[in-house]
Amino acid sequence: MTKFTQILAGLLALALAGGAIAAGADLGNTTKQATNWTAIVMFAIFVGATLFITKWAAAKTKSAADFYTGGGGITGFQNGLAIAGDYMSAASFLGISGLVFANGFDGLIFSIGWLVGWPVITFLMAERLRNLGKFTFADVASYRFAQTPVRIFAASASLVIVAFYMIAQMVGAGQLIKVLFGMEYIYAEVMVGIVMMMYVLFGGMTATTWVQIIKACMLLAGATFMAVSVLLQFGFSPEALFTKAVEVHAKGDALMSPGALIKDPISAISVGMALMFGTAGLPHILMRFFTVPNAKEARKSVAWATTWIGYFYILTFIIGFGAITNLVQNPTDFYVGGELAKGLKGGGNMAAVHLAKAVGGDLFLGFISAVAFATILAVVAGLTLSGASAVSHDLYASVFNKGCSSEQELRVSKITTVCLGVLAVVLGIAFEKENVAYMVMLAFVIACSSNFPVLFMSVLWKNCTTRGAVAGGFVGLASAVILTIGSASVWEAVMHNPKGSAWFPYNSAAIFSMTAAFFTIWLVSILDNSAQAQKERALYPSQQLRSETGLGASGASGH
Amino acid sequence: MQNVLDRITANPKFLEFVAMRSKYSIIMAIISAAAYYGFILLVAFDKEFLATKIGAGYTMSIGVPIGVGVIAFTILLTWIYVRRANGEFDAINEALIKEARK
Repeated sequence: MTKFTQILAGLLALALAGGAIAAGADLGNTTKQATNWTAIVMFAIFVGATLFITKWAAAKTKSAADFYTGGGGITGFQNGLAIAGDYMSAASFLGISGLVFANGFDGLIFSIGWLVGWPVITFLMAERLRNLGKFTFADVASYRFAQTPVRIFAASASLVIVAFYMIAQMVGAGQLIKVLFGMEYIYAEVMVGIVMMMYVLFGGMTATTWVQIIKACMLLAGATFMAVSVLLQFGFSPEALFTKAVEVHAKGDALMSPGALIKDPISAISVGMALMFGTAGLPHILMRFFTVPNAKEARKSVAWATTWIGYFYILTFIIGFGAITNLVQNPTDFYVGGELAKGLKGGGNMAAVHLAKAVGGDLFLGFISAVAFATILAVVAGLTLSGASAVSHDLYASVFNKGCSSEQELRVSKITTVCLGVLAVVLGIAFEKENVAYMVMLAFVIACSSNFPVLFMSVLWKNCTTRGAVAGGFVGLASAVILTIGSASVWEAVMHNPKGSAWFPYNSAAIFSMTAAFFTIWLVSILDNSAQAQKERALYPSQQLRSETGLGASGASGH
Repeated sequence: MQNVLDRITANPKFLEFVAMRSKYSIIMAIISAAAYYGFILLVAFDKEFLATKIGAGYTMSIGVPIGVGVIAFTILLTWIYVRRANGEFDAINEALIKEARK
């Protein structure tokens, strides 16, 4: 195979993956449905139970270490579920099952794209992160470097990523509450803002982790129930399920083959890069590696996370096909005005929600709606906690007030949590009518172009220096944002410039911004011959020793 | 403590071990990327193959077991790595540290 074909193939893969992100992230504008009391009551029970856990967690959250890592005593299995919970968002549950419902096989291609980042984290990052870090990934990136510049960079990149990811979640919450609960947009903003602030403020990482674990279990249980119910209808024969789906769906046999989702190869590769390496640069995912006692448990966490996420995507595939066989023949109940041509009530992303009603009645519909909404709540809590850690640990305790006490640091974390909570609500309301489809993708592009290259080079490349890491990180961050602004999804769809005027022709900036970041880190580092740079290179062997053996790594209670 | 660190760094077995383990991680990363890109390559260049039925009279296309297989393979690969790292590699690691502490 020639190099060219390889490259081409890669792009295609990426394009596909990118589509998945776009499909997953955008819940679109929705119309308010009738009030669903079952769902509201179920959600209230979830909030009640999780606040009870928060009360228990609050008693254990006394120091900054407890706040950031829950004391470091979470097991690999539990942490794996929590990581999976962070990753299995409402958008991926509803978006991917909706995609399968509409296009069949293509949905599976997207799911696979979402999964590919995990082996990279397992094989290359997990144990090194755990061995070098304490509270945030900046601990790892700045291990042998000058603290101030690296921490300022890490905190800026993390806050930008958190902001974009958070806006997408908050707007999604508002849209979902209209269809799932039949309530107003603004209620979702205020409710998510207040409840998640209580989790983070009082229960810190312990509460945030347990909320995420409970939600992951509920989502996996609910999705398993739906998939099993569907298979039961067909005597557990996938073949019978597919035959029926092909028979009733307008696309017929095309459901079983890949469609025309690939646009241009550069976009495909670029999107794939963002997915594959962006996951390894998301601050709210990286911080979870510091909640386990050692590298062994860190590796187990990712293995479990990969297992649950992969299993979940297989379920969404069955759920999508089950939605075809159950909904298409019953337009009166599930379609606008009872007509297939007018689409599903609440939009194409509601396939899984309607299927819940078809297989489990109103009670189960309430359960799935509550789970979908709880998912957003839990993800927002995780994002807020990682944003608060970036401010209190990386900026306050490592730059502005070095040597401050754990109490002072904890107080700053809590103040930041409140500020971020208020900001999330304000931004959620401000962006209600805006198109936010590009934001999750942008968060991934920034993560793979700033945090990931800096982390990777500082840990694995001996000659990397402070100047190189900081310059490269900021170049990656800036180019990711600027190029995304120039792409059609922002320049035309958000800024309302005429169609075709976008000056950046691809779907994702990752291929350029990530390359720019790595190149800048390399170039600036090799040109850097300052005394500081020599000192940093000399420190590499001891860093390597700790990252490879775990000798001297922060223990579970010795944080 | 500094003594222990120096002795480990000076131990050729340590460098050998680190090199071996890094090589293993990189090979595993390449295998997982190859599985993913191999699948995408098929999607891009041989849609007909993926749309082939798994047998005469069947509706299911060969793409379904392949796609589900890529997911299962990714999970399997992760567990193979973690088992070896948590067993064999950690044991060598412990032994090296012990040796340096003597």
